[in-house]
Amino acid sequence: MEQFNNRNVAEGGYYLVDIEEYPTDGWGKFKRVVKRTFRGELFVGLWVVLREMIRFDIHTIQYPEEKMPIGPRYRAVHEMKRLWESDTERCIGCGLCEKICISDCIRMDTRIDENSRKEVTEYTINLGRCIFCGYCAEVCPELAITHGGEYENASDQREHFVDYEYMLTPIDVMKQNAQKEFEGFGAITPHEDERVKKTPLAY
Amino acid sequence: MSKIAINIDGKEIETQEGEYILNAARANDIFIPAICYLTRCSPTLACRICLVEADGKQVYACNAKAKDGMNITTSTETIEKERRAIMEVYDVNHPLQCGVCDQSGECELQNYTLEIGVDSQTYAVKDVDRSAHDWGHLHYDPGLCIVCERCVTACKDMIGDNSLKTIARGADPLNAEFKESMPKDAYAMWNKLNKSVIGLTNGTDVLDCTSCGECAAVCPVGALVDTHFMYKSNAWELTQIPATCGHCSAGCQISYDVKHTSIENPEDKIYRVMNEWNYVSLCGAGRYGFDYQNADVIKDEEAFEKAVEAFKKADTIKFTSTITNEEALILERLKEKFGYKLINDEAKSFQKFLHDYSDISGTRLYGSDLKEMMNSNFIVSVGTAIKTDNPNARYSLNNSLTVNKGAALYFHPLSDPIIDGLGKNILSVNHKPLQEESVLYLLLDLFADKEKLPKEITEYLASFHSMKTVTVTETIKEKVVEIVKEKKVNEETGEEEEVEVEKSKMVPKKVSKEVEVDDNRLLTILGINDKFNETLEKFLKKKDSFSLVVGPDLYNHPNSKNIARLVALLEKYSEFKLVMIPTLTNTLGVSLINELSDEAGSYSIGYNTKGDFTLSALGDGDLDMPAINQQEGTLTSINKRVNPTNQAIGYGGYELNDIAKALGLELEETIDYTKELPTHRGFSAVAFDDLPDYYTNAGEEIRGYVLKNMGRRVSADESVNTIDETLVMENDIIYLANPVRQFTDFTKKTTNLDEESGVYMSEESLSKSDFNEGDAVVVKTANGELTSKIVSDNKIAGDIVVLPTFDSNLNSEALVNGYRFATASIKKV
Repeated sequence: MEQFNNRNVAEGGYYLVDIEEYPTDGWGKFKRVVKRTFRGELFVGLWVVLREMIRFDIHTIQYPEEKMPIGPRYRAVHEMKRLWESDTERCIGCGLCEKICISDCIRMDTRIDENSRKEVTEYTINLGRCIFCGYCAEVCPELAITHGGEYENASDQREHFVDYEYMLTPIDVMKQNAQKEFEGFGAITPHEDERVKKTPLAY
Repeated sequence: MSKIAINIDGKEIETQEGEYILNAARANDIFIPAICYLTRCSPTLACRICLVEADGKQVYACNAKAKDGMNITTSTETIEKERRAIMEVYDVNHPLQCGVCDQSGECELQNYTLEIGVDSQTYAVKDVDRSAHDWGHLHYDPGLCIVCERCVTACKDMIGDNSLKTIARGADPLNAEFKESMPKDAYAMWNKLNKSVIGLTNGTDVLDCTSCGECAAVCPVGALVDTHFMYKSNAWELTQIPATCGHCSAGCQISYDVKHTSIENPEDKIYRVMNEWNYVSLCGAGRYGFDYQNADVIKDEEAFEKAVEAFKKADTIKFTSTITNEEALILERLKEKFGYKLINDEAKSFQKFLHDYSDISGTRLYGSDLKEMMNSNFIVSVGTAIKTDNPNARYSLNNSLTVNKGAALYFHPLSDPIIDGLGKNILSVNHKPLQEESVLYLLLDLFADKEKLPKEITEYLASFHSMKTVTVTETIKEKVVEIVKEKKVNEETGEEEEVEVEKSKMVPKKVSKEVEVDDNRLLTILGINDKFNETLEKFLKKKDSFSLVVGPDLYNHPNSKNIARLVALLEKYSEFKLVMIPTLTNTLGVSLINELSDEAGSYSIGYNTKGDFTLSALGDGDLDMPAINQQEGTLTSINKRVNPTNQAIGYGGYELNDIAKALGLELEETIDYTKELPTHRGFSAVAFDDLPDYYTNAGEEIRGYVLKNMGRRVSADESVNTIDETLVMENDIIYLANPVRQFTDFTKKTTNLDEESGVYMSEESLSKSDFNEGDAVVVKTANGELTSKIVSDNKIAGDIVVLPTFDSNLNSEALVNGYRFATASIKKV
């Protein structure tokens, strides 16, 4: 990681690529065309394809039969997580995702429930407007709304809504302890608790 | 009050003598942190965060008065340490539930914690059970409460219900070492904080007050929340629409907080009403009665055609005063063009009263307003059930009593426990109905300058006085000399012998004396006991500013003309500043704009009242109209101010101006009439969009404009009629007044105001009678009868039965002859 954190281009292993001078006159340009045409570069490529075909070592992903594994920080269609302890929903209805959403595509309705707690009665994301920026996941204080790996959004209409039920981790997945935590922005960074100032307690 | 100059942080500012440093600083845009202080109320000294250094001494800016040449530093190293410690203390055991808290970031605890930069905690105390309470229309969460006592202060100093107090928290005492280690003020503040939470004064767990909700509005954190708003919306999502409350004549500044109804319904909905609580206090109707809009209306062209036809056919327009000035002007223009008779009985009687008053006063309007009343220290109220006629007048009265250490006389036949509960310095005189003239004569007698008063009146007043001899028992201390035998040792002989000693002592003794005293027959007429003079003398000590507030009982009094003249005389020849309470929301505006008739013609259009063709914003008429919260316009308040109000939520139908346009009036929009309001009646030619609507940091109200009090040429005739003592009302008496939080059918329509309509009886009179709550009764007067249920009301006392006017189905007005009192018989059905 260290090497990437250093953004000073002047030092380290950077060097200028040797680029041929661009032709400035017509004759020069003509010469370059002739040179490139008869160099046979095309056949280099064709040969590689032929070689790999014969070897049967195909690198192309056979989408949609085959899919690439998605990185844990990939930001596709949102998911709503449940609490590990009780399997209940993490979302407390604070409305921060709704507020921070720069394309204004999140809306929620809340009410007070029978246990005097704030309950989210409805929650929608308009995927037609969502730009998958990840702010909602980052701002969520409960790690409730996150991004998932579901990127197949093709639809016959531009507006495509997902609601709370759709996004919520299914209870059977939860029972199998199969819920995946999101590791992108908004997730807890390692060693977070070492950096927190402890509040004194009188117990 | 003289101007003085003080210096705060090197900035020279000018302020009034006796002004608190905090207010002086705020008025000049200098920031001093303060949590518990409420403008207009007395300093609470709970938070202690407003510490400043004045001339080298640490004082609390909220209760230290500015002195000429004072040098004030708002921040020193010790003060910063105190403030930091105070904010840390406030954060001790404060639940981290900001995510769901209804304050949603409009939180002073959050703001000051960040402002002062609290990033770590030094203090700790064991928490106690602080579970939430449902107090009815309010929800109190002691866990979130920082016990700044702003709610208590507002309830005591502004509202006067005294419903809240601090009660014991039952926590462990603070760790003794904090006393040494902590800054002094922070420790003292914490010590107090740790011992208290907020509780109710009535000992139960349900509020029984006038339900204004001001305590929740002033709460700096999310501890006190309106139950109807709980977890409904975050504050930041709400758009605040500046408006003027349309329920009564106080014309309070409010803002309607609107947002889409739900995910499915993008139409705006009002979620709550907020106010600038430092400068204006709302009543329950203003705060909770917001959803009276005429909803789901579409342009019904057929009905509109019929309406235009009806206008062409009609010769009379009946209307109520819950309309804007602009609408009133449209009606007036239509009247000018088509010769309609405009009928509005309640505004007509107010108009007549104002006119009769101006015959003597020479001004078209009364001279004072509620703000002046609030700043005075002796108030007299005559002819108004002030609590429900104009809640803000009650707040002004209470504020004067508590903050100015004022005193007040409340003359009204209906005895009112809420008014009596305002304090010891208010005396209720429950005279009989129709005796309002006697009251005014008594006031003239007591307060008017007899030398300037017309001679006939002075003589008439003198005729009530006589000397009478009364026997007064006084306790005097008398010196009594006794001879006591004592045993003493004789120094010479050394023997003990008895000696007689003279001893004197003071012995209290009751003596009866015959004294000549002045006997005022006016007091006898009004049924006032002998202690009155004594009480009044006590009340009048150190009083220098006087206010008189009169109300709707007088406008419809059979002798209202004479009463208006008496009121004018009282204003003219005494130190009283006068306020009149207009009957309904815009009664004052209507009475200035419209020329009203007495008799209706054959075919009438009714606007918000029944007519042959009815236009109604209540949704029950032949053509729908927008309610006040659905239209732009101006309303004229009791403070003689023309206040702008804006459209909070959508309205899809026709409005009055559409009909006016169809009938040939030319102005495109209703608000185009704002600048056309009659300047010869005191209005200003200002366009609606140019009307300001805000308060300055100094608390100055910059809303709309103030009406000019136009003069009138008057004759020198100042004669008034004498008291007609035969005018009496006996037996069972009914009185037309609304319960708290109700004014008109519009307040009745709202979901949060659930007062039941019926025949109101005080608990006391109900227990004496054969009636039970819920009994159906027939109330019968000379004018008519009605049948309704008995409702027990603990906000009234005495035997007078109260009938509400907010429910037009009841049609209680038909039972009386204008005057709000009437003799009636009440029988079970």
